[in-house]
Amino acid sequence: MFKILSKDALNQTVTRMNIEAPLIAKKAKAGQFIILRVDENGERIPLTVAGTDETNGTVEIIFQVVGATTEELNHKNAGDYLSDFVGPLGKPTELEGYKNVAVIGGGAGCAIALPEARALHKLGARVTSIVGFRNRDLVILEKEFLECSDQFVRMSDDGSWGEHGLVTNALEKLILSGGKFDCVIAIGPLIMMKFVCELTKKYNIKTICSMNPIMIDGTGMCGCCRVMVDGKMKFACVDGPDFDGHQIDFDSAMLRNTMYRPWEKHKYEETCNLFKKEVK
Amino acid sequence: MAIDMSPKKHSMPTQDPLVRAHNFKEVALGYSEQIAMAEAKRCLDCKNPQCVTGCPVQINIPAFIKEVANGDFEKAYQIITESSSLPAICGRVCPQESQCEGKCIRGKMPVRENAKIIGMSEPVGIGRLERFVADYHRLHAEQRPVEIKKNGHKVAIVGSGPSGLTCAGDLAKKGYDVTIYEALHLAGGVLSYGIPEFRLPKDIVQSEIEGLKELGVKVETDVVIGQTLTIDELLDDYGYEAIFVGSGAGLPKFMGIPGENAKGVYSANEFLTRINLMKAYLDDSETPIEHPKRVAVVGGGNVAMDACRSALRLGAEKVYCVYRRSMAELPARREEVEHAEEEGVDFKLLNNPIEIIEDRDGTAKSNPNYGTVKAIKCIKMELGEPDASGRRRPVPVPDSEFILDVDCVIMALGTSPNPLIKNTTPGIEVNSHGCLVVNEQTNETTKAHVYAGGDAVTGAATVILAMGAGKKAAKAIDEYITSK
Repeated sequence: MFKILSKDALNQTVTRMNIEAPLIAKKAKAGQFIILRVDENGERIPLTVAGTDETNGTVEIIFQVVGATTEELNHKNAGDYLSDFVGPLGKPTELEGYKNVAVIGGGAGCAIALPEARALHKLGARVTSIVGFRNRDLVILEKEFLECSDQFVRMSDDGSWGEHGLVTNALEKLILSGGKFDCVIAIGPLIMMKFVCELTKKYNIKTICSMNPIMIDGTGMCGCCRVMVDGKMKFACVDGPDFDGHQIDFDSAMLRNTMYRPWEKHKYEETCNLFKKEVK
Repeated sequence: MAIDMSPKKHSMPTQDPLVRAHNFKEVALGYSEQIAMAEAKRCLDCKNPQCVTGCPVQINIPAFIKEVANGDFEKAYQIITESSSLPAICGRVCPQESQCEGKCIRGKMPVRENAKIIGMSEPVGIGRLERFVADYHRLHAEQRPVEIKKNGHKVAIVGSGPSGLTCAGDLAKKGYDVTIYEALHLAGGVLSYGIPEFRLPKDIVQSEIEGLKELGVKVETDVVIGQTLTIDELLDDYGYEAIFVGSGAGLPKFMGIPGENAKGVYSANEFLTRINLMKAYLDDSETPIEHPKRVAVVGGGNVAMDACRSALRLGAEKVYCVYRRSMAELPARREEVEHAEEEGVDFKLLNNPIEIIEDRDGTAKSNPNYGTVKAIKCIKMELGEPDASGRRRPVPVPDSEFILDVDCVIMALGTSPNPLIKNTTPGIEVNSHGCLVVNEQTNETTKAHVYAGGDAVTGAATVILAMGAGKKAAKAIDEYITSK
């Protein structure tokens, strides 16, 4: 059992928790993830490690409520326990040696992009963070990004926060105005990563994307998380989750991620109804 | 005692095929006391029992069978557990036809009718008797507290599958302080995530693990050795004097044909893990699984049989087992093949898939099935010259392609060892297949005090071979630590 030490809402559907897991806190690096089960009969879900505190033995996770399991997780509070919490899984992002990096986060993907920006900042790289949200109500982690970014660009789909437009618009503008990035790290919805990669390919800038496919065990056993990279089958849990964005087949990844969508939608509604009944 | 010379084994009571194909309850129901005693009387009690040489853990088979014939089932159990820690499991999943029963003299006796040989007699049902004895013990034995004198030495086991459980059990009985580290949330390895409930009920697996805990074995779930902790940390910081690695062969293989990334294509590991470990077949499960109507399972091993029969139980109307060689080469345990046939699995032998065809009508927005499997294209095969494995190599028959309409494809092509341990342990060597290299006498790896066994060493093999390796390593670990 793993204790939830703190919980706070970052926006209406995104929550941050700190979990007591000293072994993982000691090991986890930017880019790695954990798998958790909320309770004994729960589903295994992967979540990227958002931060660690080795001294206190805690691991920070940030999740968006998108389905039954994240809904159940969101009903847990500080002092409650999670049934399982295992990691760190996957390979850490290779961040050494870069001088000038653009870190791009989209929506809840910013929770995964932040530890990359922090790690790069710590390594002495110049960090330009470009983050985008649909609207200002969904903005998360602004303060945290400001702390580790040399340049911070805010984008929103409707113009209610920062500039009106997509993260790709901001990135292209920076490139055209002379920003010489030796690497772009893009983390967010698959469609956003796909378009970032199309852009950076045009300008020949190395791009790393973190994939978040459907997963069960997270240790290379089920083959469920396979991603086509440069025409070869890779398992995101052991070969990734980071891959060279210019080699990823995003279209097949997007299709595979919809495999259980009708089931997930149904289960989510069922769970929400259950919680509503409890409240009554 | 009169020997029963009837040529056939007492048949195993089973659930009716048409009923069991729709439920996950155990197929084989087990011998009654009367049937077990009668079957035991078929044993000739040979002076030089070949069955024992066929058993990877050398159970004293004639001795335990004699006790069954006498009706002393608990004594029979004690004889089995001198050699095997997991009899309830082995009695169910061992390929007896190629081991103990394959060597049984009764199976080599011709059956005559009017002085003409009309066939061969069946061997003694050793596996069925082993299962009976283990089940009898589980249901009837009184729990006696086990008193083991601790010897103060610590050993860590990586992985709680059959090799790890066996090694842990043997060392715990000798007084070692044993901790098993398991990556998943539940112990048992392939016994928990791979072999289905209808073949190996999970409460039996958990009761065997509980038995080990009573011997003092500790099980730490949710720890991935190679990620959460490394082998070197276990040796240097945690004070373990030796480590046994039984991390299995987890990595599933795919064929590399077009369409393998389509929705509705599973590795057998994924399909079975969802069903067995995550219980996705239950209505209230939180883990999803598709309930396909027409399924092609590619491969011919036990895992392929498990996948075929699980698909039926999820409600599939048609299940094909597509295998590129013929029935004679099909590697699955005979009983599983027979059960699969009885349940209605359609064996498409001497066929090999060359493409998985996806539904690409319209767009992802307009067509909810966009990107899902709609058929599998196969080519007929014929057997050519023997290959390196000694089996005749299947070669494609030109222009023999055909299409099977399916909505799900399950790849059961075997697995290769997980590279996590190799990648994070300096000094550990693997062969070209990624299998850990060990000393054949001791099962010690190329890194001192680190031993290994099971599928991590052999590649995908059987439960009993893994247990044999766990046993051998336990002996070598004990010899090393006591000689220090």
